[in-house]
Amino acid sequence: MNATPIAPATTPIITVTDLVKQFGRFAALRGVSATFNAGQMYAILGDNGAGKTTLLRTLAGLNRPTRGSITMLGSNNLRAVCRQVGYMAHPSLLYDEMTGMENLHYFARLYDITDDQRCASVITAVGLDPDLARPVGQYSQGMRQRMSLARALLNDPQILLLDEPFSNVDLRSAREMVLLLGKMRDNGKTIFVVTHQAFLLEGAANEFVWMEEGKIVSRTSHYSPTPGEKP
Amino acid sequence: MKRVFPILGLLTAGLLSYALYLALVVAPTEQTMGDVQRIFYYHVPSAWTAFLLFFVNFIASVIYLLRRSPKADIIALVAAEVGVVFCTVVLVTGPIWARPVWGIWWTWDLRLTLTLVLWLIYVSYLILRRFSTSGQTPQLAAVLAILGALDVPLVYFSIWFFRTQHPQPVIGGGGSIDPRMMHVLLINWAAFSCFAFLVFWSRYRLEVLKRELEDTQALEDLLESPRSVR
Amino acid sequence: MSLTGVTLIKDLRLEWRSKDAINSMLFFALLVVVIFSFSFDPTAEESRQIAGGLIWVAFLFAAVVALNQTWAREIRNQVLDAYRVSPAPANSLFLAKASGNFIFVLVLEALMTPLFVVFYNLRALGPAWQLPIVALLGTWALVVNGTFFAAMSLRTRSREIMLPLLLFPISLPAVLAMVEATTSILTGEYSAKFWIVLLAAYDLVFTTGCLLLFDIVLNAE
Repeated sequence: MNATPIAPATTPIITVTDLVKQFGRFAALRGVSATFNAGQMYAILGDNGAGKTTLLRTLAGLNRPTRGSITMLGSNNLRAVCRQVGYMAHPSLLYDEMTGMENLHYFARLYDITDDQRCASVITAVGLDPDLARPVGQYSQGMRQRMSLARALLNDPQILLLDEPFSNVDLRSAREMVLLLGKMRDNGKTIFVVTHQAFLLEGAANEFVWMEEGKIVSRTSHYSPTPGEKP
Repeated sequence: MKRVFPILGLLTAGLLSYALYLALVVAPTEQTMGDVQRIFYYHVPSAWTAFLLFFVNFIASVIYLLRRSPKADIIALVAAEVGVVFCTVVLVTGPIWARPVWGIWWTWDLRLTLTLVLWLIYVSYLILRRFSTSGQTPQLAAVLAILGALDVPLVYFSIWFFRTQHPQPVIGGGGSIDPRMMHVLLINWAAFSCFAFLVFWSRYRLEVLKRELEDTQALEDLLESPRSVR
Repeated sequence: MSLTGVTLIKDLRLEWRSKDAINSMLFFALLVVVIFSFSFDPTAEESRQIAGGLIWVAFLFAAVVALNQTWAREIRNQVLDAYRVSPAPANSLFLAKASGNFIFVLVLEALMTPLFVVFYNLRALGPAWQLPIVALLGTWALVVNGTFFAAMSLRTRSREIMLPLLLFPISLPAVLAMVEATTSILTGEYSAKFWIVLLAAYDLVFTTGCLLLFDIVLNAE
């Protein structure tokens, strides 16, 4: 499935240099510089408006940086390595009127994947039933997030960019998703998770990246809430 | 550069006055239409100027897409704005001329109709620019400008053929022009072009300053210490 | 099958399942025909002169309603983002959407035409076999630019009004050609050949232009 060999851990897989993103006068990213290594899970945390989603979308190639550069898998051109990237956001990025399997069949075609088995195995991997005939629009939130994750995994990407994958998901489903992500990280994938529920990733994420007002302010290996902050 | 502008302004004013004098006093009175025909010296040069400006918009839009040069984007915007103004002049002087001479306000005259369609296309271009919420407005506008420009030959041929099937009065005298009238026409065109260039240049400088101001403000917002609400 | 084909079939299947857009549009098309027939009640002779214009204006209104919902499903769950991060080429998406709209609008036209024939007692005095050609070329002309500008208007305020605002001026030569071709065929007074050729040229120019430029529109933020 993957022609590109998986980068060994501790080699930089994404390097961001002086990244600035302005929407008109609002500066969402004010100069982010960081190096992220392969085979790690990064939790990206911060208040609303800190720039977490903007950073993720810029890494996904959905926003063009106002200034600065991104090097991903050795390339400056994000479009060239897009086959190695999986993206998931709070909207499901799925068609409500189709079943999960039909959705994945279609999105697999965007990556030139015609293998039915792949779709079924990815659905099973996230803990859902491939034969479920219900259209995605009728799923519970937890099921929809998992199907959305399945879609992001279709092309077996080296890099996963997940924006709030656990929001409105029940605790048990969320913990199962974290276990799944941990397994994928152990298999060599590099995973970025933007979340407001950092406690879910304690023990799973390799690093917690804190953002504030468009900049990265600290990177820690443990999540420890300050007093007064909700755990 | 700043000194050139007032000098050019004076020259243009002089040229325009001379052209006005030629048009209203010196030019011979037309046989059939009388003095009303003198509006021809405004109608035709405005049309030529507008078409030239739209051509500039097309070239600037192509250059913008190829090189992403901000100057090209400004030139495209300004050319469209000034072009629309001159188009409006054509569309207003046309009926004013047609009514006393032919008794009708409008006719699907080739030049007039072409001008109307161009006016519509470029007004829609300006509206797109204003209504766009995208960060890539210059790209979208350039795309629209190119599609609009591709449309022009098709518009021309469709109207041309329409008129062969449905003959209509021609505003502006399709036949040969008296050489003295041609002389006056060309002087007026030169005057209009200078005037258009002056307006273009002013608007261009205005837009450059406006964007510099926006860039500076954006940079300030970027660098100011974050307001923490804790 | 190509990606364009797969996308087109997916859209047709989705439309068939929900049927919400097509039902309301069919009814709208019917209403348009009735209103036009009430407003313009000509004699048989006059009707052949003006029917061409009336029919195509009615088709144009129906087409705009169809075109405005082109990307509705893709907007709903930000599906376009999934498309943009994938390696899939933008113009296969465009071609699929334009083809879907083409089929859609042809269905509307197929419903509206018999009604017009009935209300106006229409009979073609010229070569009637040319009428389907005009319909196909003319509909594609509207749909190819309409799909393109529908995507453009996703990035603007007042989305629904932006589409016709951008579409109508550029479509004028095509609309003139459609109307004149139809009128010449109905009245039999002129040959429609020039107009058909013009429509074909228009289709060629704008299909090429839209295919080449769609990537810019899709990836505008």
